Amino acid sequence: MSASLASVSYIGATILFILSLGGLSNPESSRRGNLYGIIGMTIAVLATVFGPHVTLAGLPWIIAAMVVGGSIGLYAARKVQMTQMPELVALMHSLVGLAACLVGFANYIDPMASMDLSSAERAIHEIEIYVGILIGAVTFSGSLIAFGKLSGKIGGKPLLLPGRHFLNLAGLLVVIAFGYQFLQAETPSAGMTALIVMTVIALLFGIHMVMAIGGADMPVVVSMLNSYSGWAAAATGFMLNNDLLIVTGALVGSSGAILSYIMCRAMNRNFFSVIAGGFGGGAPAKKSGEAAQPQGEVTPISATETAELLKDAKNVIIVPGYGMAVAQAQHTVNAITQVLREHGVNVRFGIHPVAGRMPGHMNVLLAEAKVPYDIVMEMDELNGDFPETDVAIVIGANDIVNPAAQEDPGSPIAGMPVLEVWKAKTSIMMKRSMATGYAGVDNPLFYKDNNRMLFGDAKKMLEEVLGALKA
Amino acid sequence: MRIGIPAETRAGEKRVATVPEIVEKLVKLGFAVAVESGAGDAANCSDEAYRAAGAEIMADAAELWATSDIVFKVNAPTSVEVELMREGGALIGFIWPAQNPELMQQLAAKKATVLSIDCLPRMLSRAQKMDALTSQAGVAGYRAVIEAANVFGRFFNGQITAAGKVPPAKVFIAGAGVAGLAAIGAAAGLGAIVRANDTRAEVADQVKSLGGEFVKVEYEEEGGGGGGYAKVMSEGFQQAQREMYAKQAREVDIIITTALIPGKPAPRLITAEMVQSMKPGSVIVDMAAERGGNCELTEAGQVVVKHGVTIVGYTDLNSRLAKQSSTLYATNLFRLTEELCKTKDGIINVNMEDDAIRGLTVVKDGEITWPAPAPKLPAVAAKPAVKPVVAAAAQGHGGGGAPASAGKTAAIFGAAALLFLLIGAYAPAAFLGHFTVFVLACFVGYMVVWNVTPALHTPLMSVTNAISSIIAIGALVQIAPPLTEGLDRPDGWIRWLAVAGITLTAVNMFGGFAVTKRMLSMFRK
Repeated sequence: MSASLASVSYIGATILFILSLGGLSNPESSRRGNLYGIIGMTIAVLATVFGPHVTLAGLPWIIAAMVVGGSIGLYAARKVQMTQMPELVALMHSLVGLAACLVGFANYIDPMASMDLSSAERAIHEIEIYVGILIGAVTFSGSLIAFGKLSGKIGGKPLLLPGRHFLNLAGLLVVIAFGYQFLQAETPSAGMTALIVMTVIALLFGIHMVMAIGGADMPVVVSMLNSYSGWAAAATGFMLNNDLLIVTGALVGSSGAILSYIMCRAMNRNFFSVIAGGFGGGAPAKKSGEAAQPQGEVTPISATETAELLKDAKNVIIVPGYGMAVAQAQHTVNAITQVLREHGVNVRFGIHPVAGRMPGHMNVLLAEAKVPYDIVMEMDELNGDFPETDVAIVIGANDIVNPAAQEDPGSPIAGMPVLEVWKAKTSIMMKRSMATGYAGVDNPLFYKDNNRMLFGDAKKMLEEVLGALKA
Repeated sequence: MRIGIPAETRAGEKRVATVPEIVEKLVKLGFAVAVESGAGDAANCSDEAYRAAGAEIMADAAELWATSDIVFKVNAPTSVEVELMREGGALIGFIWPAQNPELMQQLAAKKATVLSIDCLPRMLSRAQKMDALTSQAGVAGYRAVIEAANVFGRFFNGQITAAGKVPPAKVFIAGAGVAGLAAIGAAAGLGAIVRANDTRAEVADQVKSLGGEFVKVEYEEEGGGGGGYAKVMSEGFQQAQREMYAKQAREVDIIITTALIPGKPAPRLITAEMVQSMKPGSVIVDMAAERGGNCELTEAGQVVVKHGVTIVGYTDLNSRLAKQSSTLYATNLFRLTEELCKTKDGIINVNMEDDAIRGLTVVKDGEITWPAPAPKLPAVAAKPAVKPVVAAAAQGHGGGGAPASAGKTAAIFGAAALLFLLIGAYAPAAFLGHFTVFVLACFVGYMVVWNVTPALHTPLMSVTNAISSIIAIGALVQIAPPLTEGLDRPDGWIRWLAVAGITLTAVNMFGGFAVTKRMLSMFRK
């Protein structure tokens, strides 16, 4: 295959990737979108393998590596549970980061890559390698920690080292200093020390950054790492003078950045304050004094009474949160939904943008349980409907339905958009105990007159509700 | 302890203080229950039903009073009944201590403990379940509409029939307290056009929520008098109010009045002229008849026709729905009993530290404790100055929210211009080509991703993740490139790095697309 043919194939692949993302604008076209992505990827890989840069000698290696990696990937994709999607995605980000590092190192020790470059071009090329490896390493270690936190292998509490901002700043200065040294180096072996030291610092920085972020901010972190993996690919593209990589990397990078922005806005928080970390546990210290303590009495309710309320209701809104994912209760929720819909009850789901541990997490879980997507609504679509709603059930969510966000300017979550379940005629809060949410903020909803608490494990209680509904 | 339920002695009273369903629950709390024979007959609760629920039936009222530790009543006892009462016994019912000072003295002389259900501090939210005034008013409001429908000569709802079009009845409800709201709900449920007015402006939303239309008095004054009642309004307001009522009287078919002011005669809202101005066949139901009536022409306990308008002045609306009233009242008393008997061992403990119980208790062991001091209210009761936090700009996709300020925008553009200037000055041509592609691709990505529906954000992440394994190309071109002669290339190292890179990205590539496919196939209508 000639160089021009390969370039044309790359353009085709680029277009297919853009169409692939565009297809996700609605569930109908999304399946085709994914197909476009697969075709684009196939074209890009084939055009490269049979293009001018790869000789036949490499083919066995490529096939072997593809088969090994591909089967691991397919196996993981088949086995993963939908509740574990955030972990899987985080883990996959780390692979992209690591691959970017490896490609960067290989490129650096490859004399062919820089043999006929002018000195200015050479300097730029080396900066590209340096930055590429830097981003790759941060993505790699950060994603690994995110994976650990999401899967519960590492505690969700933020780790706050003293003077952590200074540590990060010092790290950055060291990285810049070594970068200068790296550019001065004449041969790869001379520059290698600087490159390795920088990689180690970048890895530590990635670990430190994600360790300092609390559980509730995970949607931001996951989408941010998504963005980083894209920038890593784009940097690799610059390094290799490959436009396909640049375009794809930029697409992925801006996609992740937009998601992070959406998540931050859904929590009414500044992107930098999330990244600076320390939210999901540092809050209690400032809480006392500032925020008004809610007062009143909590009214418990039984599963049977819940079922009665649901049966008599005309409009029901279900607000799921991370607790539903933890309890694996989505199938029971769907069964209840079906029973109610057969009774002519209008059941809808209200999804807060940051419900769960990654953007869109709840939608995927509900889809898995076969809840029709046209009754699954975004927060803004149904937030005005709560006054006409008879029963609003909150399953394993807390901060996203906290009225303090609107009513109490001293609350740490003041100004965060929330689902206004307390405006429903009755709201039912399913919870294991009276504990606070990840933000560590007490929830005045519990004490509202029209709120009932259904204590217990979400799945067990929902099954009881389902039993009572069918009886 | 033993709870006694005597038959009500007041003329026309059909209610009873407990019903068989509640007897069962009282027995579960550890109490013995005795019911006077025939006490529930008028409320469709037979002696048999009580007995089946675990109550003892006693023929003799005197014996019942004498053997009961606690007596549940609806109306205040007569002096004869108090005489029958056990020394040191307990009594729960509507006592109205302000209106019955002699009764209070008599009860005190009996060393009794008396809880007057009408003295419940209604602003305590946890007291709502015991609020018998509310439950009885709700029943009465409903019944008032039914009484109106009974004497009204037309349909309530509008209909279009083969015999012609029937306009819906127009109902005006004066006073949107519990009774008024129940009446609004009932009348709207029958299909009438419902309007309502109250001096407390904050009930407007409640009126609307029940399907009514709130009619405002064009005068600025706040009429909340505490405890869920209205207060007496100023002369200017009353003038404006009269005009509004006069206008409504000319327009509507049915007026239901529910206005009461605690400790005062009912306010005169509907004058004789207003009645005269109403259409013939119209109906007025005056729920305040017992306290003098909201309408000038009301006769308490009677249905009269004046100027062609039927004026219903029944004072026993609750007895006209005896079973329902009794059941709700019994439930209120049961909730109170639960509060009194937290140990569930059939012994009551009148805990004067408890705000709700303190308010209810008008006589404690022969000592008059009425009126109770104002309860220690939780902070929420005082109307909090609502300072709504400005929520973040409504979220939508397709745009980046509110436009940034001009200064900020200028700064961003300045920085971008500087950056581009630097790149343009120093970067070689080859780099600029790639840079152009990069910047444009970022914009394409920005435009495309804003269109992604939030429901698909997880698939978006997994598909972008799969796509980012395009980095495999970097590894592919390194693995075995066509070699240039004479170069010393560390082939082994590079190859192994590249193989590792390809393997890692292949995991991503296949895994990412496969899991996206799996997820997307789950999204269905």
